[in-house]
Amino acid sequence: MLILECPNCGVMAEEAELVPGGEAHLKRFGPESSDADFEGYLFQRENPRGVHFERWRHAHGCGKWFHAARCTQTLEVFATYPAQTTAPPQDIRDAISAKRPGWTWREIR
Amino acid sequence: MGKKRYSVFAVAREAVRHHTGWDRAWASPEPRKKYDVIIIGAGGHGLATAYYLGRNFGITNVAVLEKGWLGGGNTGRNTTIIRSNYLQDPSAAIYEKSRSLYETLSQELNMNIMFSPRGVIMLAQTEHERRGYQRTAHANALQGITTEFIGPARVKELVPIINIDGPRYPVLGGLWQARGGTARHDAVAWGYARACSEMGIHVIQKCEVTGIRRDDGGKVAGVDTSRGSIDCDKLGIVVAGHSGVLAQMAGFRLPIESVALQALVSEPIKPCMDVVVMANTVHGYMSQSDKGEMVIGGGADGYNNYTQRGSFHHVEETVRALVETFPIVSRLKMLRQWGGIVDMTGDRSPIISKTPLAGCFINCGWGTGGFKAIPGSGWGFAEMIAKGHSPLTDAFGLERFREGRFIDESVAAGVAH
Ligand SMILES: Cc1cc2nc3c(=O)[nH]c(=O)nc-3n(C[C@H](O)[C@H](O)[C@H](O)COP(=O)(O)OP(=O)(O)OC[C@H]3O[C@@H](n4cnc5c(N)ncnc54)[C@H](O)[C@@H]3O)c2cc1C
Ligand SMILES: [Zn+2]
Repeated sequence: MLILECPNCGVMAEEAELVPGGEAHLKRFGPESSDADFEGYLFQRENPRGVHFERWRHAHGCGKWFHAARCTQTLEVFATYPAQTTAPPQDIRDAISAKRPGWTWREIR
Repeated sequence: MGKKRYSVFAVAREAVRHHTGWDRAWASPEPRKKYDVIIIGAGGHGLATAYYLGRNFGITNVAVLEKGWLGGGNTGRNTTIIRSNYLQDPSAAIYEKSRSLYETLSQELNMNIMFSPRGVIMLAQTEHERRGYQRTAHANALQGITTEFIGPARVKELVPIINIDGPRYPVLGGLWQARGGTARHDAVAWGYARACSEMGIHVIQKCEVTGIRRDDGGKVAGVDTSRGSIDCDKLGIVVAGHSGVLAQMAGFRLPIESVALQALVSEPIKPCMDVVVMANTVHGYMSQSDKGEMVIGGGADGYNNYTQRGSFHHVEETVRALVETFPIVSRLKMLRQWGGIVDMTGDRSPIISKTPLAGCFINCGWGTGGFKAIPGSGWGFAEMIAKGHSPLTDAFGLERFREGRFIDESVAAGVAH
């Protein structure tokens, strides 16, 4: 069972307590954008085998959103961090680099 | 080539000479330098594509590259439900083509794939679901697919072990497809592989594709593999849960997420249920195998995962739902549980398409329900690779997301199957 620490309330939450919210750090494109940008925002996903960044909601706990950095190949959890960010913090990226040298995710590395 | 055919006489002949005369079912050739077409992934869809390339278009300079063993992906992990009672016209066309090919596939491939059209019921357990299935039955009538909405009494007659007046979700009826059923999953992969090998098509196992190469004109040129690099004129990506990984190698993204879907089987018991029953509201479905095991499937996980291992609480949910629907299963011991990585699209319909890389085609997004589609998907995808497009698959192009032309099958695919 996946266990994530909720950075909002500090609870080590089992996955049954959480609701997955899909890929993190999507850039929102609205009505003025190109078809390609809008399609990318609405539908296209990273879906990597390895390092991944996601949104989660502590639905049956404090109710708040947060981010998680995980490996989809091993289910290892690298870190969780607040929802109020547009990219994973540098210290988390460094910690991932130590474990998975050479990883990239979108333009992030 | 010129392999001995399987028949009752072959079985008798081999029985008297201690089974010493069976040929290997397929060859294990060394890869050539170049093929006309390379198919990545020897699951059912990849193998069927190669088979129909040879059978329907005479294209046999083809290799199917598989990183593990053939049929070791979702094709060998699924619960084998076959039906064509979908809602939208393009889906009905390809799933019914597929179902009808299954009817004669054993004869076609000279391999007993154990197609068993025992009938499939999808239970309606809420008022909303009842109306939804009545609508599907009407749509199927217009599409020429024989399905019928039946009442609770008929459901009970077909499935004596069912509890139709469960307190929370009473059975209000069901969508019944009498020619739906099951087949032997491994045999489907083996049968296509054997028939491919017979035509001279190379099925190459333990050969993982690690990169996709393009020529100076930006067209696909070949693949890098764990057994060296191999050139090709055309490339077909048919890797289900790994589609995102291969798309990344080819330089494009997909509207797909890969998640784990699980199934389990019980100890074998005497025959007690001779149809397939799906209960989408409570998220569980069940059929009985020829050995007597109850074959059970349920819901998929909600987060990306490549481990072929799902979350335990989904098993618990599924079993809880089934115990309420079929009280006799409450005492059954479960023997085995496993997972597969399924490729989910937003509209729950597959992607069968050209890609931004010229000469490269993709067939994926079958998600939780592509076993039933193997023959039809192979048929249409082979035509697309050979001729550039196919009437059976044209509606499933990648551009449908940009254009907002979804093929919404979220009701038909309500539970994973
Ligand atoms: C538990 C479960 C139950 C299901 N129940 C049903 C059901 O009842 N009815 C139904 O219709 N469908 C069902 N499905 C869905 C069905 O199994 C799939 O849609 C179908 O089998 C997909 O076939 P495929 O050939 O596309 O993929 P797969 O059989 O997964 O084949 C893809 C192959 O590609 C190979 N591959 C991946 N990456 C590479 C690489 N880099 N190089 C070379 N090879 C590679 C893999 O090893 C694999 O063998 C179920 C699925 C699961 C997991
Ligand atoms: Zn919390």
